[in-house]
Amino acid sequence: MKVTTYIPPQPGDFEFTPENIEKAKSYIARYPEGRQASAVLWLLYLAQEQNDGWLSVPAIEYVAQFLNMAPIRVHEVVSFYTMFKRRPVGRYQIQVCRTTSCWLRGSDEITKACMEEAGVSRFEEVSADGFFSVIEVECLGACCNAPVFQVSNEHYYEDLTPESAKAVMKALRNGEAPQPGSQTGRISSEPEGGLTTLTTLQETT
Amino acid sequence: MLQDKDRVFLNLYGLQDWRLEGARKRGIWSNTKDLLAMGREKIIEEIKESELRGRGGAGFPAGLKWSFMPKENDGRPHYLVVNGDESEPGSCKDREIMRNDPHQLLEGCLIAGFAMGAHKAYIYLRGEYWLPIQRLEVAIQEAREAGLLGPNACGSDWAFDIEVSRGAGAYICGEETALLESLEGKKGQPRLKPPFPAAVGVWGCPTTVTNVETVAVSPTILRRGAAWWKTLGRPKNTGTKIFSISGHVNKPCNVEEEMGIPMRELIEKHAGGVRGGWDNLQAVIPGGSSVPCLPKDICDDVLMDFDSLREVQSGLGTAAVIVIDKSADIVEAIQRFSHFYMHESCGQCTPCREGTGWMYRVVSRMMRGQAEIEEVDMLWDVSKQVEGHTICALGDAAAWPIQGLIRHFRPELERRIAEYKAGRVSAAAE
Repeated sequence: MKVTTYIPPQPGDFEFTPENIEKAKSYIARYPEGRQASAVLWLLYLAQEQNDGWLSVPAIEYVAQFLNMAPIRVHEVVSFYTMFKRRPVGRYQIQVCRTTSCWLRGSDEITKACMEEAGVSRFEEVSADGFFSVIEVECLGACCNAPVFQVSNEHYYEDLTPESAKAVMKALRNGEAPQPGSQTGRISSEPEGGLTTLTTLQETT
Repeated sequence: MLQDKDRVFLNLYGLQDWRLEGARKRGIWSNTKDLLAMGREKIIEEIKESELRGRGGAGFPAGLKWSFMPKENDGRPHYLVVNGDESEPGSCKDREIMRNDPHQLLEGCLIAGFAMGAHKAYIYLRGEYWLPIQRLEVAIQEAREAGLLGPNACGSDWAFDIEVSRGAGAYICGEETALLESLEGKKGQPRLKPPFPAAVGVWGCPTTVTNVETVAVSPTILRRGAAWWKTLGRPKNTGTKIFSISGHVNKPCNVEEEMGIPMRELIEKHAGGVRGGWDNLQAVIPGGSSVPCLPKDICDDVLMDFDSLREVQSGLGTAAVIVIDKSADIVEAIQRFSHFYMHESCGQCTPCREGTGWMYRVVSRMMRGQAEIEEVDMLWDVSKQVEGHTICALGDAAAWPIQGLIRHFRPELERRIAEYKAGRVSAAAE
């Protein structure tokens, strides 16, 4: 279960930007009329993104109001799903996979390297420069490209070594956009160094 | 070995264009209208005939599942829900389908949805699959603009549309009823069955939840016929399957192969073999974290399909092959899974809520040898108390890896316990 602790209520207001209001409406339109609650995860992502990567109480309750849901129904969703954060995070949140396939290929060293590069000593701590926070997450579903981390719920960086993990983070800190995906030049999850299947078809297209 | 001409996933690796134009070159959307003209019953009949079994882990016959949907519409809309929550540790095949050939899935949705009398499909992806979500959304837009989806999908007079829904990091949402709860905007806790989703599913309407790969292979089966599909694999374990080979192999990869391929051949032919050679193999988890591990002597000649792996008290699951060589701590490999299940238990049923944490703590102690010999049997007993006593299969999934560990590696556990005790005795003597 997601472990949650008491977080004091935060003051302040929250409302969607005009662009996010339009996006929110388009998400609601994906579901049948009267089932707008189905869009709650989408709207929480929007709110989280707009609120620097975490959800404050005003943001959660704004989403509840937007969807005409009881606030507790949205609070319980936020506390259930691990991708919603209730405390401030670094600008780039490094989410290192720790489950067996990644662990077998050295995820412990990746986590260590990421924490060194961020300059933090525990998970969820925001680095002094505000750029990074590091956490370990359960299987990201990219096991054939292990070890991997995801940055702020978006891009995956795969086939990492401690060095390439640090290099990705350095690039992020410098405001560059490091190439997501495999860091060893694979396109996706094909075997390294030459295909064993689909060879005849690649030639014809 | 499977020939390229018999492959279903022609862009598994994303080496070609994933968009509509590229998909059409691979034959996707080519004669969809004719396939739909077969009619609902004929499509389901053909899928049943092909003996296709669901690719999400349980291996339930797909045609039979599709046929559970009410034949007549009672006024409630029918829904197809595609399970793209792929979160089973070791498994990363649906991600490749969704990001590298999204149109293959969309075409499958139209056909499966039509066969179920549905006008709408939802594809539910795990929240982490941000890139596949972007690609699917682009592909859906392309398909709408090309008239492949919409009020007259592919000129079939059947209205059909697809929407993408995003999860938010909960493994349990891959369980079909938890997925439906999540789709309704609630926390993803599984529902009691019955009623089954085909009677009361999302928003109280008839619904079928089915895995990405199952849906994506169905157009090809209809095009080439159930007879062709059955020439591949073994009886009741037909066709092709994407295997995800990860862990201690030289070249981890996804690969589409024939069902029933020997495990050793699969690993050596496609994944470059076990690191340090076959004799360096310690254990293989053949179907994702939920299935019990197998020691080397079984791996030597076991076949990779549902029934063969069941015979050796394991399972094909999602065909996620996790290879562990002799350098790794097998107990920690399983302990990581126990941590996973503790973390992912939804907390609804007590045996799972309490049991997953208890098992994790005991396995953690055993990893260091800090346990009593009797506790190995106690751990086995507790795992049997969790298994089968919960609403969904997560309790079972948490118990099985531990049972596999005890079944095949009991001497290793006992050795650690004895060593730790000996260490304490000698330390006390000094």
